[in-house]
Parts: sequence; C-alpha cells; structure tokens
Amino acid sequence: MRLPIYLDYSATTPVDPRVAQKMIPYLTEHFGNPASRSHAFGWETEAAVEEARREVAALVHCDPKEIVWTSGATEAINLALKGAAHFYREKGKHLVTVKTEHKATLDTMRELEREGFAVTYLDVAPDGLLDLARLEAALRPDTTVVSVMYVNNEIGVIQDVAAIGDMCRTRGIVFHVDSAQATGKIDVDLSKLKVDLMSFSAHKTYGPKGIGALFVRRKPRVRLEAQMHGGGHERGMRSGTLATHQIAGMGEAFRLARLEMDADNARIRKLRDRLWEGLSSIEEVYLNGDIERRVPHNLNVSFNFVEGESLIMAIKDIAVSSGSACTSASLEPSYVLRALGRSDELAHSSIRFTVGRFTTEEEIDYTVALVQRKIAKLRELSPLWEMHQEGIDVNSIEWAAH
Amino acid sequence: MAYSDKVLDHYENPRNVGSFAKSEAGVGTGMVGAPACGDVMKLQIKVGPDGVIEDAKFKTYGCGSAIASSSLATEWVKGMTLDQDMAIKNTQIVEELNLPPVKIHCSVLAEDAIKSAIADYKAKRQKGA
Repeated sequence: MRLPIYLDYSATTPVDPRVAQKMIPYLTEHFGNPASRSHAFGWETEAAVEEARREVAALVHCDPKEIVWTSGATEAINLALKGAAHFYREKGKHLVTVKTEHKATLDTMRELEREGFAVTYLDVAPDGLLDLARLEAALRPDTTVVSVMYVNNEIGVIQDVAAIGDMCRTRGIVFHVDSAQATGKIDVDLSKLKVDLMSFSAHKTYGPKGIGALFVRRKPRVRLEAQMHGGGHERGMRSGTLATHQIAGMGEAFRLARLEMDADNARIRKLRDRLWEGLSSIEEVYLNGDIERRVPHNLNVSFNFVEGESLIMAIKDIAVSSGSACTSASLEPSYVLRALGRSDELAHSSIRFTVGRFTTEEEIDYTVALVQRKIAKLRELSPLWEMHQEGIDVNSIEWAAH
Repeated sequence: MAYSDKVLDHYENPRNVGSFAKSEAGVGTGMVGAPACGDVMKLQIKVGPDGVIEDAKFKTYGCGSAIASSSLATEWVKGMTLDQDMAIKNTQIVEELNLPPVKIHCSVLAEDAIKSAIADYKAKRQKGA
C-alpha cells in the first residue's frame, strides 16, 4: 500500500489508463483539425470527435447533436446560465438557484446580478435537499432560468431533478442542471428528465481535465447566446478549435462509465459503508447530508470538539478535503455545511472522504485506524472535549469572538 | 500550508498537555478564543509561594499553529515570575515558531491566554486574602 492514500475522488479522478491510451494517438499521429474539411487529417479527427459525442450522449440518454464541447463544467455552467439568461432577457430577468451550489454557478449568478438580473438563492433542508414547495414559492412570472446541481460536490446528496424539471417545464422556465458530480455515479436519463441544459465534466469521471460538455435540448428547443465567439464551431454555441485528444478521452471515460458503473458503484458503496462503519464507532461524529439520497462514494463527516485544520494535519497520510477553509486566510467554514444549519464548529471539523475506482479495502482499513487514533489524540488536547466529558454544554458558554 | 519544523515539532509532541484542578491553590486558569472562530486555548499556571511559576499546562482546540503557540507558551512561562510572564509578547512567539501572517492570531491568542491565566490567579488570591 502506498502513502498518501487518495480519498478525494470528488476533487478529481486519475485518468483511467484505458482512457489515456485512447487519447495518445490524437496528440501525435491523428493530429488534424476536426474542422478541416478538405483532407483526411481532418476527416479522421472529426470522426473521433463524433464518436466521443455519441459516447457522452449514450451515458446520459440524449441525442449526440445536443452535446456541445466546452473546456470543462465551469465553462458549461457559464455558457448555460449567461447564455440562457441573455437570450431570454426580454421575457424576464429573474433567476433561481440554491445556496449549496458550486461556486461556478454561484459566481456566475453574482455576475448576472451585476448585469441587472435578480437572483433568488434558495435554502436547503438540514439534510441538504431542496424543499420543492420552497422552490415553487420562489418562481415568478418573470423567472427565466432555474439552476440546481444534480449531486452536491461536498455532501453528495442527490436533488430531485425529475420533480424540479416538471415544475419548470409547465411554467416554461429553462432548467439547468450541473451534473459534474453525477456522471458515473447515478443513472442520468435525459430521455425522461425535463432538463433543458446540463453541464458535464470529464475529470470527475476518470477522464482528462480541461474538457467538459453542455447538453442543450433540441425538443423543446432551448436557445443560448454564445459566450465565446470565433469560427462558429459547435453550431455557433462555442467557438474554438476542438481539442481532439481531450474529447476522445472524455468519450472513452464516459463509455467506460456506462459499461462499468453498476459494478464499480456496488464495490465503491461497500468500501464507503465500511469506512462509515469504522468512523461512526467514534463518539460525537456526525454525518453531513442525507445518507439515503446520496451518491455511493461520498462520506462527509464532522468530528465534534476537534478543529478541522489540525485534523487534516494529523491525517496527512490521507488525501481528503476539509469543510474548513482556514488553510486560506479567510477562516471561513464551508458555506455548504453552514447552509445545512451546521454550527461553525461542526462545519470547521468536517472532512469529505470520496472513494473511487482505485480505492482498496486495505486503504479503507488503514484510514479508519488512523482517524480513530488521531481523533483520540486531538481530543486529549482539546479543552472543548474536556468540558464535554465534564458534562458542560460548550454552547451554553458565552465565548468572546475574536 | 507549509508549517515550520518548530510548529510541526510542537504539534507532533506537544509539551505540558493536561489540566490542573481549577480550585487547586496557586493555579490560575486562562481560557480564550471561541469554538466558532476555530480556536480555544486553555492555559493554566501553577504559582509557588515564592511567586515563581512552577508548572504550566495547556489544552488547545485549534489549528497546528494554535497548538504550537500554546505549547511553546507553557514552556516559556515555567520558571518565570508573574511580571516576566506578563512581558511575553506575541511577536516573540511569531518569531520563534516562524508563523506566517495568516497565523499571527494564534500567537495573539497565546499571549491573551497567559495574561488571562495571571489575571485569574491574582483574582483568586485577592478573594482568598
């Protein structure tokens, strides 16, 4: 077993070796510009791009013509939100999203606010899920776009995209879904979901970084204003020479996800549950987000009475993400966990473990033993733990904020 | 974040971890910080009849720099008189541990913890006298 152990698959995944093999010939041998119509160099790379497009479409059950290549999910989200908001601005200037969205959505919404749009940011329930009645109440006659992520990146909860889609479609509102964390984890079925726009990323699903896609529904047709202008690639929605090797990689990654998802997820879920079994034996440990409506590889846990950054330091043999941003200058706990109503302390002491295709049982067992040992050590150091042991309610004390 | 070797050493092998009974004679307790801010330090001093700090203990909830700052503070205060103790400045801790600017608040908290422990000791003595 090699250290450090990688348990941060929601941050990014390694490129599957089969995907890398698929990509390499498009760097050296088949280097043509897919837009070159006049010779075989262009024809063969165009064929590779279209094959990849079919694979991406096959995973999410849509028409390949509805897939637009982008540089990643962030660009896809920008194109979806700005593109739709701009195109339908005569119809209305009200947009709706959720407080626990990824920054790619929240920051794009902020930019649209600066342009004069009004944005409603919805709260979630303590389990991380969006209350549909609350969404319905927020919709107005001038609402043009609703954006909700399928799977939350921090806590892994799955929103009820089907129900939200129904709500939006009957009102003629464009519905965008950020699926960066969903592909290969849950069955995404665009033939059933009433979703108009959906953003994808390759590198969360064992593909390369720097490539993503936006699904743009044709029936009923959704219109976008392009954000990137140039040669009119991707039917004018996203200009720029196509990165054949990246695209081929994303296609292969999504093909493998389609074929292996069920077996992969069954194995990963077992490992995740084994991890939770081990960690939940520790006192004062809290799971963040609903356990049932959750992707199989995510575990987000708060360790009470232990500070997040010191915990990350203690378990430096495991690569994980912290819900606490105090490694930056901001000292801000995770806004997602705060939106769930978690106290600052619990938000600060949260760790996101995300298991993946290459995680082993041995790595999980090592992680459990290490975390158990380090939590005990840090609690031995913690005045808050001491107070808790003495039966003092830490929340009853009036602390001087500093 | 890259930590200095000294911070890592105090973090891995914290000195003087523990607690004295608050009611014990000669013990002064300082508790500073707030859980919501991510740091709470408890620093205790035990003052001998000659006015010299015989022993010190701490417990800290906080990042590695906060743990190191308070661990270092307990090392320094031992053997000092209360006046010498009062003279410890956070900048000395910053210098010794090579703390980066974003971690200066940890040293400030350690200085506050020392002062608060002395104040508690003095208040207890006055009450007792």
